[in-house]
Amino acid sequence: MTLRIHADLVAKILEQSRVEYPDECCGVILGPEGSDNPVELKPMINAAHSPTFYEFDSKDLLALYRELDEKSKDIVVVYHSHTETQAYPSRTDIAYASEPNAHYVLVSTRKEIAPESEFRSYRIINGEVTEEPVEIISA
Amino acid sequence: MSIAASSTTIDVRIPTILRPYTNGEKVVTAEANNLGELITALNAKYVGLGERLLENNELRRFINIYINDEDVRFMGSLAATLKAGDSVTILPAVAGGCK
Repeated sequence: MTLRIHADLVAKILEQSRVEYPDECCGVILGPEGSDNPVELKPMINAAHSPTFYEFDSKDLLALYRELDEKSKDIVVVYHSHTETQAYPSRTDIAYASEPNAHYVLVSTRKEIAPESEFRSYRIINGEVTEEPVEIISA
Repeated sequence: MSIAASSTTIDVRIPTILRPYTNGEKVVTAEANNLGELITALNAKYVGLGERLLENNELRRFINIYINDEDVRFMGSLAATLKAGDSVTILPAVAGGCK
């Protein structure tokens, strides 16, 4: 399935990954329930504050899921950055992926590909990774 | 074995990824006075669910369980007590990294 996403959201995620470098950055994009349409960017704090690991803070996680329930929203995209490696899910990413309906977006801030930015999307279901096309919609 | 008369019925919110164990149910109930008992009771009803929550009889590192608004890790983990009206939420961590 293709991820269709507005260019300004892509730009904001790439910007966040640069601002939080050398730590990994993370967040979600919410959309109306069942829509598969990413509209509301929610950068999250990387509670691990690490260049090799990210984890949403436990209280933030609960608040996020409460909001989804109360406002009938879905997590359409879960994103994070890899700082020195390619934008491809690691074994850790695959092991902890727990939203079978979400697009898992990976960006990379590794220098050898700068200034070109990597922005790639995957489905991760039962340990199986499938890359999917990304269609960037300009404003 | 009968359930102690004093056991309390607790609502438990199940995350999407674990709903295959609960026949798709988003909220289930079980009777327990603490979190350890609750997981035992859930696993009796929904076989296999317990293993997704526990490893070597401890809460798995990347599973978060909340009693009302509080992470059980700050309430004694499996010993955390439950009382009437408490609501339990299970959420897998959103985590990963480059390794």
